[in-house]
Amino acid sequence: MNGNGQHHTIIALVHDRPGVLTRVAGLFRRRGFNISSLAVGNSEQEGLSRMTFVVDGDQYTVDQATRQLDKLIEVVKVANISDEEIVSRELALIKVKVTPETRGEILEMVHPFRAEIVDVGAKSMVIEVTGSGDKIQALYSLLEPFGVLELMRTGRVAMVRGLSDGRVSDELVLDYHGDQLKVKDAYEVGSY
Amino acid sequence: MEFTGAEIVCKSLLQEGVEVIFGLPGGAVLPFYGALSGYPQLRHVLVRHEQAAAMAADGYARVTGKVGVCTATSGPGATNLVTGIAGAMMDSIPMVAITGQVPRPAIGRDAFQETDITGITLPITKHNLLVMEVDDIAPAIKEAFYIAQSGRPGPVLLDIPKDVLVGEKRPFVWPETIDLQGYYPPGEADEIQLNQAVELINQAERPIILAGHGVLISHAYAELRELAEKAQIPVITTLLGISSFPTDHFLHTGMPGMHGMAYASLAIDKADLLISLGMRFDDRVTGRLSDFAPNARVVHVDVDPSEFHKNVKATVPVLGDIRKVLNQLLPLVDRRTHVDWLQYIDTLRAEHPSLYIRQTDELLPQYVMKQLSDITEGNATIVTGVGQHQMWAAQHYAYKHPNSLITSGGLGAMGFEVPAALGAKVGCPDKVVWSIAGDGGFQMTMCDLATAVENNIDVKFAILNNGTLGMVHQWQEFFYDKDFFATVYSGNPDFVKLAEAYGITGIRVTDKSQVEAAIRQAMETPGPVVVDFIVKQDEQVYPMIPAGESVKEMMEEPVPERIF
Repeated sequence: MNGNGQHHTIIALVHDRPGVLTRVAGLFRRRGFNISSLAVGNSEQEGLSRMTFVVDGDQYTVDQATRQLDKLIEVVKVANISDEEIVSRELALIKVKVTPETRGEILEMVHPFRAEIVDVGAKSMVIEVTGSGDKIQALYSLLEPFGVLELMRTGRVAMVRGLSDGRVSDELVLDYHGDQLKVKDAYEVGSY
Repeated sequence: MEFTGAEIVCKSLLQEGVEVIFGLPGGAVLPFYGALSGYPQLRHVLVRHEQAAAMAADGYARVTGKVGVCTATSGPGATNLVTGIAGAMMDSIPMVAITGQVPRPAIGRDAFQETDITGITLPITKHNLLVMEVDDIAPAIKEAFYIAQSGRPGPVLLDIPKDVLVGEKRPFVWPETIDLQGYYPPGEADEIQLNQAVELINQAERPIILAGHGVLISHAYAELRELAEKAQIPVITTLLGISSFPTDHFLHTGMPGMHGMAYASLAIDKADLLISLGMRFDDRVTGRLSDFAPNARVVHVDVDPSEFHKNVKATVPVLGDIRKVLNQLLPLVDRRTHVDWLQYIDTLRAEHPSLYIRQTDELLPQYVMKQLSDITEGNATIVTGVGQHQMWAAQHYAYKHPNSLITSGGLGAMGFEVPAALGAKVGCPDKVVWSIAGDGGFQMTMCDLATAVENNIDVKFAILNNGTLGMVHQWQEFFYDKDFFATVYSGNPDFVKLAEAYGITGIRVTDKSQVEAAIRQAMETPGPVVVDFIVKQDEQVYPMIPAGESVKEMMEEPVPERIF
């Protein structure tokens, strides 16, 4: 979903330092933005992590969230990629109750989802499925009647297709013309 | 040569050009103090409560434009800084706070005087850091000072464990550069945004400049004046923008909002363009957003892009440093006259004389502020806390110099006026500094009169003493059925005796006729003086736009006798 819909996907490149997750989470809480999912992991650059947020809310909320995130010193780059062509995935592990009678039926059901059986026990089975949230939800619904013992889901991870690594899709956060490292000219107790 | 962490802190502060540190020692920060005594170039001002250290550093930073530095020990020392740090965050003040922390092995074990101060200050600092290695100290301090004063300024807290300060010795290596990937303070504006802004400004028939604190922070007052005069645009200054434009200038059109001048709020209501410079459309300025400036397009210039559209939708946002942006704008803006518009505003001024002080024998607080303004000829630096006294100081003092009103704007912290005035005087020893307090705020931080005495910091402390928490009392009067619960102070001390107890002069003023003499006596007396003005109780601040309402609901002072 994108535009003015409910879910927005934001990706952020952040310094991998202690407290960065608290800082980001605290910012969302304080400003009243609702994170519906969050995934964090190493990026291709040493010392930097990449976060994927799914944020609920209208355009105002997501614009504010993006800009406030960008202000954090640890955040190197933020992009709202909701309007981009993206690849996004979630992963779920589903532990479902099995009996000799249901095992075959479940295996058949799992197949079209290109899900994998990653653990088989006498009375249970763990299924790993990746894909969109909807796909995971669909499989979950099918398995539910058999008795789901445990469900573990990750947040969404997302990436823009092609060469782009996600632009800051906000016309306002234009290029910064930074004269970095040069703080203000010496202060004079001036007049008007 | 190798140095302890504490010595490296001192050396780094010297590298940053620090001259003054406000603080109070304790166990965890003691190694720093041990080193500090060997660096007399770093003046230490010992306060009586850590809150005063942070607020004094704030006042110092505002008058000098430099980074204010404060320090405290771990635990309660650090938590006492919190209100001062929060205020610096809200008002974009460059500040570096250095706190001692319990030794590294004790962290996380609920050690004596351990608090997670980096956790606590996360949402009220621009940045903070727990420095875990001696070699990290110098880079951390360089980064802290850079972050604190660049872009939109703000407080940075460095928490340093005791065993990082003392023990291990390391060489002092001052980093040449900083690499803050992803942190680029904006400078000049983008051409496209700039040209759109110029087009709107040149087309406008009823433009208004809303000048905020950003104008003062980027020292853009000369440019602001040039822009206003070139295009003949009236200038309204927000509370924190006061003194960014001369009060006696014919284009100066007062302060807007809740207790602003009626003519300012009414002018905004009619304006077809707001040129907002370094201000953030605080709710005290806008009132109900849907009714704010209904006829106006908005050119919003700010160094912080997150301010665009946060409260008010900008027609044209211009990202950049105010001074640089104004310098870009100036050659492109047409010379205009706006005769009809300025005449219309003059009519508003005549019909809504918001600064009228009624004739009475009673001692009105507004009268005290007006007298102070006249006697000091608008040349003093005025420092206030929050409440009625703050609004009267904003309304009735004719500021003549940039950065001459130091006030707790965003946070609205009572008690700010005493320590911030100390910091302001330390920063600008040549200025006359008046701390204006209510009796409520004064009692929150009056313990730091001792700091004034000890360091002979020549601040004149005026108390507009109405025996109440005046502003809260006013809200109870207007909005809570006059249920004056918990707002009347019946146990106030004798402030004159209090001053005398500290060994300084105290003056009591109970009658209008004594005001001028008392102010003059205070100014002629060397060193700190307390003047206790026993003003009329139940005096209200007018005009008033009730919270969450609009200019249509503005209450103006009932003027019994016609004044024209």
